[in-house]
Amino acid sequence: MRAGGARWSLPARGSRMADAVLFEFLHTEMVAELWTPDPDPGSGGPEMSPSVLESVGFRVGQALGERLPRDIPAFREELDVLKFLCKDLWVAVFQKQMDGLRTNHQGTYVLQDNSFPLLVPMASGLQYLEEAPKFLAFTCGLLCGALHTLGFQSLVTASVAALPACKFQVVIQKS
Amino acid sequence: MSRQANRGTESKKMSSELFTLTYGALVTQLCKDYENDEDVNKQLDKILFSNFLPRGYNIGVRLIEDFLARSNVGRCHDFRETADVIAKVAFKMYLGITPSITNWSPAGDEFSLILENNPLVDFVELPDNHSSLIYSNLLCGVLRGALEMVQMAVEAKFVQDTLKGDGVTEIRMRFIRRIEDNLPAGEE
Repeated sequence: MRAGGARWSLPARGSRMADAVLFEFLHTEMVAELWTPDPDPGSGGPEMSPSVLESVGFRVGQALGERLPRDIPAFREELDVLKFLCKDLWVAVFQKQMDGLRTNHQGTYVLQDNSFPLLVPMASGLQYLEEAPKFLAFTCGLLCGALHTLGFQSLVTASVAALPACKFQVVIQKS
Repeated sequence: MSRQANRGTESKKMSSELFTLTYGALVTQLCKDYENDEDVNKQLDKILFSNFLPRGYNIGVRLIEDFLARSNVGRCHDFRETADVIAKVAFKMYLGITPSITNWSPAGDEFSLILENNPLVDFVELPDNHSSLIYSNLLCGVLRGALEMVQMAVEAKFVQDTLKGDGVTEIRMRFIRRIEDNLPAGEE
């Protein structure tokens, strides 16, 4: 199973529309299926290896990073790429733009979504706060994967102070 | 950056690519999880089979509420009507395709959905060592779960699959029985 396998002709972009709720339900089932402590904590240390959900998100992000920017002029700077994530990627995945983007101009970015769609149905406030990280891992991987395709190594983490708002912190790794 | 699409209760449409890619990544991950051990590898397709049906079933159980709330479809009076709603309303709404309905059994309790372009398999090819994998099996679980919530016990299974070289993808639907109202949910 290879994304982008050459044997299948790619459908014209936007030709076929699926309903967003389908992705939402599939995501919920993925969380239920894959959210476990790391299956292989022995290698690489338990803290450093990304969770399974993150790696699934990473793979999807990689593919989206390839397919989405086709109509967009080449990125010149790091900030352009982050803007792409906040606008185009977020719209493609969640049908809305990111609400805020901040940076310290040293490779650290904070992407803020005030009503993150995967958290919206759960609660408004502190209820289920402990469950929230499960529903962010896939998206962290997604951002990291898209950045990877666009040429940036990064560490992406997410935090939630109160549902359904959340922040994604992106740290670009300088080589 | 603060513009926010607020489309109220209107359904949110997205390119089916995201769903397709996510599903593909999930299948790939599960294949990888079970790949470690040679013996387990032989069981892979069976494991995936038993994994996806309940997952799809869970999705179906929830999807039916979304569907009924948005589609204004009432109770179906027979299985033919059900087939029409599934193909022309539900598949259209969620996957953007309209399968054709064929091969009715004489008794009217079985039919086939022919999917000419299954969005789940865009970008997919089955490697040789997974040639028996029923890749889109999630759909069967979704159909079964959704119909069970409207008191219909059905069997859904893939009998043809373009991923395996068949000309079309065919899901065979079989009506088993009507679930009586007074049974607790989930009892069979």
